[in-house]
Formats: sequence, C-alpha cells, structure tokens
Amino acid sequence: MHNKTLIDYTLHLADNALIIGHRNSEWCGHGPVLEQDIAISNIALDLIGQARNFYQYAATVSGNGATEDTLAYLRDAIDFKNILLVELPNGDWAQTILKQFFFSTYQYFLYQQLQNSKDAQLAAIAEKALKEVTYHVRWSSEWVIRLGDGTLESKNRMLRAIDEIWSYTGEMFLAASYELQGIREEYAVDLSEIQKNWVQKITSVCIEATLPLPADTWMQSGGKEGKHTEYLGFILADMQFLQRAYPDADW
Amino acid sequence: MEIPNKHRIVTTTSEEVKQAVLFLLESVTDPEVPVLSVIDLGVVRDIIVNPNPESGGWSIIVQVTPTYTGCPAMDVMKTTIRMALLQAGFTDISITSVLSPAWTTDWMSEHGKEKLKAYGIAPPQYKQAVCTPDSFQEEEAIQCPLCHSYHTRLVSQFGSTACKALYQCHDCKEPFDYFKCH
Ligand SMILES: [Zn+2]
Repeated sequence: MHNKTLIDYTLHLADNALIIGHRNSEWCGHGPVLEQDIAISNIALDLIGQARNFYQYAATVSGNGATEDTLAYLRDAIDFKNILLVELPNGDWAQTILKQFFFSTYQYFLYQQLQNSKDAQLAAIAEKALKEVTYHVRWSSEWVIRLGDGTLESKNRMLRAIDEIWSYTGEMFLAASYELQGIREEYAVDLSEIQKNWVQKITSVCIEATLPLPADTWMQSGGKEGKHTEYLGFILADMQFLQRAYPDADW
Repeated sequence: MEIPNKHRIVTTTSEEVKQAVLFLLESVTDPEVPVLSVIDLGVVRDIIVNPNPESGGWSIIVQVTPTYTGCPAMDVMKTTIRMALLQAGFTDISITSVLSPAWTTDWMSEHGKEKLKAYGIAPPQYKQAVCTPDSFQEEEAIQCPLCHSYHTRLVSQFGSTACKALYQCHDCKEPFDYFKCH
C-alpha cells in the first residue's frame, strides 16, 4: 500500500540522521585529539547507518524505482524533513558536543518509544539503533559536563553554544502533520511524552555541568516541513554533487 | 559452473545441504577482525534451504543481522558469503538482512571469544553490564589480552571500528582493543 504519510515520517527520521551524520563526518581528521576524532567519526558512521535503514525502508514503501541513493542524493532542500538543529554548522567543539547531546538524548527517548511502533520495520530499526544511541548519549553528556565544569575558557564556550543552539531545540517536539497522522495510526511517536524525559535528562546533566539553561524563549521551526536555513543547501551541494554531475556513478 | 553432484536433490536432503552451507560459512571471516568467522560473530541468523524444481538444484537463503547499524564490514561479509556459495556451486542464492532481535555480543561463540583473545583483542564480557546512557559510569574491569592483568583503564569508548573500545593496561602499558558489550 502506498502510504504517503508513512513515507514522509520515515524520511523525516532518515533525514535527521543523515544530516547530523554528515555534519559529524566533517570532523573526521580535524578532531581536537585523536581519540575524540575517532569517537565523532564512529558516531557519524552509526547515524549514516541509521539513515540508510530508514531510506531503504522508505524506498520499499514508495516503490516507483526509489532507492536509498535516489532518496539521499536526488531530493532538493525543500523535500528534506530534518529539524533545523542538525543542519547548523558545527562551530567549535563545544557547539558540536552540545548539538550532539541535545539530539542524541532526543533520539534516545524517541527510539525507545518507536520500538513499540505498530510498524514492525520502524520498530526493528529503532531497536537496533537504540543500543548505539545509548553510547552517543553517554559520550556527549560526559563532554558537556567536562567542558561546562571545566576551565573558564571551556565554560564560556559552552555558554555561547547554549545561546547559539537553544532556540533550535523546540522543533524536536513540535509535531509535523505526518507525525500527527502517524500517531493516530500508531506507528509514530507522541512527542509530548518524550519531551518530559528530554527536559529532565538535559536539566540534570546541565546542573552537573554547572550550566544554566535559558528560560522559555521563542523557538525556530520549519525544517520538518521543508523550510530550511541556507546551511542545508550547502550541505546538499557538497553531498549530492557527484550524483548530480555524473548520474548513476558507481564504484 | 556445473552444480556439484553432492548438491543435487537426488543425492542429499535439505538438512545435509544446510550443514554444508554452515561449514562453508565457517570460513567466511569478518574483514575487520579476520580471526572471526561470520558464524563465530553470530551475524548469521538462519540458513533456509529449499529445492528449486526448475534448476534441479537448491535455493539458499542466508539471513544475516548487522553488528552495528553503520558497520561497513557488513556489505563485505554479504559479498564474501555470496562468493563462497557460488564457488561451492550454488547459484540460487539470496542474502537477506534482519534487524530484530538486534545483534548482541552474547551471540558470539565461546570459540570466537577464545580466538579474539589469542588475536590480542579483549573479548566481550560474558555477562554484559546493562548499557545505560548515564554519564561517568564505573567501567567494567577488562582483562588485558596480553599480560592478563585486570589493572586496565578505558581510554575511549570508541575505537578503531564501531564494535571496539580502546583500553590501556597499567601493568604492561600496552594499549589494546576491547570488543565492547552490545
Ligand atoms: Zn597488560
């Protein structure tokens, strides 16, 4: 059965993982120390692997000759359904870490619930990925604490990172139309449920990191519906150039 | 290629063919940890053998499960499995992926763990600790595969491949890989 809403929801999950995975891969060879360069590259690999699983599934549901590659390489920015948070530039290590911590914590609670999805394949992908995301949450939260409760320099950078990123966290819990429909059909995750857990985890880690969190503020949104920052265009130009210039290139 | 006589339906049962496939897969190794076969690693979930009435041969389905979602070695393992079966004369081969239940290091064979240790990689703990996202957890005591000391420390949760963490031994001072619990 051709289910546009299920495809959109699956693409949303795939796009989130692909774009933050791509951002993390930009650190490969540039990490602050070798072990952390390896860590963030490993996390990139996990996330791109998750994206592949979701794209493969979306391609199966779509039919029409779609493949994981056509979905990743031949859609335009307006078709991408990732949240704005994941397309933000990496900035310094503090911003990258904070972005990863916010996102991994979100993925952790999201996948925990997605395991109960009525859609067996979404549930299976989530069950598999959850084990890896558990390591991502541990790793990123430890860095938030280390930097926040570290030197004056590292703390200032974390405070600046919070200022830069905080207004992009609200979109995670703002359900798009395909999420609302998916919740009704019991294959998508109810975001209001996971928001409580997310806030609790972020708050407890930030207390340990001696980092104050901003009060409620205006939140950015639009990514889930295809309205992106200009940064996504640059990511896609980088990522899709080869397939666009040399269609069906293979090696 | 001619289908070897032993794989003809007339001379064998599907159970015998399944055993033959299993035997073949014991020689297909993980490209990143070449001492482990795909059977040791626990990534082969099922082998389904059915007679193919059209060719008179056998149809083989090998179900594999990835260790890590993004593990690039999986594609290589699938190709190597296919090649091993082709070389043995099977032509009707399909290799499918299953994700659930998710792979765990508990599925690694005891034999595989021994081979890992001999190769210089600390094998996953027998009873794995519960993996939780809590920060700064007390680390498990991992035995150094070189001098067998438990006096070791975690250097990084992420190592040279997705499945490994990096450790260092306080006694012999050597760094080593730990096949982390999953
Ligand atoms: Zn030692």
